[in-house]
Amino acid sequence: MDSGSDRVGAREEEAGADSVAPPRAGPSMFFRQEGAKAASIAVVSSIVVFGGAIALVASSPNWPKVRDQFFNPENFRESAPKIIEGFWLNLELFFYAMLIIPVVALLVAIMRSLRGPAFFPLRFLARLYTDVFRGIPLILLILLLGFGVPALDLPGIPNSVTFWGLAALTISYSAYTAEIYRSGIDAVPESQRSSALAIGLTQWQSMRYAILPQAVRNVVPALMNTVVSLQKDVALISILGIREAVRNAQIYTAGTYNYTSYVVATLLFLAISIPLTRFVDWYTARDRAQRSQGQM
Amino acid sequence: MRTRPTRQKRHATLLATLIALALFAASCSSDGGDTDTAGCDPLPLKTEGVLTVATGEPVYPPWMGVGDDNFDNLEAGTGYEGALVYALADEMDLTVEWMRTGFDEAIAPGAKDWDFNIQQFSITEDREEVVDFSDGYYSVDMALVAYPDNEAASATSLDDLKSLRIGAALGTTALTYVDDVIQPDNDAPVYDDNAALLASFDAGQLDAIVVDLPTAYYNTAVSIPDAVIVAVLPEAGDQQELGMLFEDGSPLVACVNTALDTLRSNGSLDEFEEEYLQQGGSIPTLSN
Repeated sequence: MDSGSDRVGAREEEAGADSVAPPRAGPSMFFRQEGAKAASIAVVSSIVVFGGAIALVASSPNWPKVRDQFFNPENFRESAPKIIEGFWLNLELFFYAMLIIPVVALLVAIMRSLRGPAFFPLRFLARLYTDVFRGIPLILLILLLGFGVPALDLPGIPNSVTFWGLAALTISYSAYTAEIYRSGIDAVPESQRSSALAIGLTQWQSMRYAILPQAVRNVVPALMNTVVSLQKDVALISILGIREAVRNAQIYTAGTYNYTSYVVATLLFLAISIPLTRFVDWYTARDRAQRSQGQM
Repeated sequence: MRTRPTRQKRHATLLATLIALALFAASCSSDGGDTDTAGCDPLPLKTEGVLTVATGEPVYPPWMGVGDDNFDNLEAGTGYEGALVYALADEMDLTVEWMRTGFDEAIAPGAKDWDFNIQQFSITEDREEVVDFSDGYYSVDMALVAYPDNEAASATSLDDLKSLRIGAALGTTALTYVDDVIQPDNDAPVYDDNAALLASFDAGQLDAIVVDLPTAYYNTAVSIPDAVIVAVLPEAGDQQELGMLFEDGSPLVACVNTALDTLRSNGSLDEFEEEYLQQGGSIPTLSN
């Protein structure tokens, strides 16, 4: 209330000039009323919007049928075990991809950021890599690697679909992630590099100790966003015949013409991706707070 | 533990079942059962005078688009299902209008803008709760296809297949067969469609595939000529009839069934089968 009464005093001085002074309730009280009002508006509008949407759906003539086909508890129980079993495979592949992608992407990003004519071939390769693999739709890359490469029948090349599905995911996501790293590297002021070189660090050392730590910190929110996206895209490898969660849900639907299994799979993905998204938001906010404190 | 029924009891049950069946058959013949054709004049169609038929994209021989330069050509009216659709339309005095749908779209709830969908849908009880099917127009056997040098090619019983990697396509009776009858030790890989199944088979990722016999004939003749039909798989259950798919409660089902009955009794179905689905030679059947 102290700061509130201060501001009231300030307002009074200002208002003194006006011939008609408004009745004083004090701004803090006004805001509190506004808060209560805002809350009640929010509640009412939520009831109207969500209640209206539910009423609209439930009143549709086909609703009982849709409810039976999408939200049937019996089908839910029946299809869940297989889908959960498949979901472990999604998580396993997600885990391996998460181990490989940051490493490959960082190497590509560093290759692209090297200076000097001697490194031209590396820079060229890195650019070619990101251009080509960001340009190919992931689903095509999965099909090409999953069915195409094993069909060559080369000695020593694995023909496991899981291997090639994971390879396609890793290759595609590394290309995107490399570009995120590179934008982080580019965002580090040029003076940092020159200073590092000036105190006698080599190009590698300045990259390792001066540029990268700042670059990575810059792009953590963008990287986390990619993680959320990757977690869902693992399901794409089902086109290779792999029985992960979505494929097992499809099998159930194809056998019964009941879609509840899709809802089961959706809930499983949400159970991972919502906490992950919340974590990203929390982390980003914390990082911003720490930085602004650092600047003070 | 349930006690075994005595012999007498079993006889009694059998007798009761027979009587029930006889009564059921009698009731069917007296009132015509499901073929109630009262609502067929005029025909309950989406567009008057036109039979709007949906199918997959692309369609595959020997079911549709058979013949040189006819691949995915619906208007040619060739292939078993292609010929059947035009014969049905003829029988009902209609012209044919084609539409394309994916599998999920065909079975999704809600009103459809086609009269029926035909793409080798197998009739099952579970599915019949959601959509309507015509009577079966073809009863399919399942076939095991493998390369001659693979272990699968020397299989003589279903047990020999358990340890192998056998693929099938999503939504097919073949997949149900692999999962429920063969029951492989490891989960069988499942593909979007037969094209993806063949791609994986071709890439050496599978020991064998299961498809319906007509498709197996076509594939081993055209798409994977190095592979052979190892065997016809022993029948299991009664879920191998193909039917046309209608939206739930469609009044057209009975009318189409009547036309289908005519085609069956005048020998047209046998003709189509002979022309498109039967191949020479005999193929062994695996033991259970």
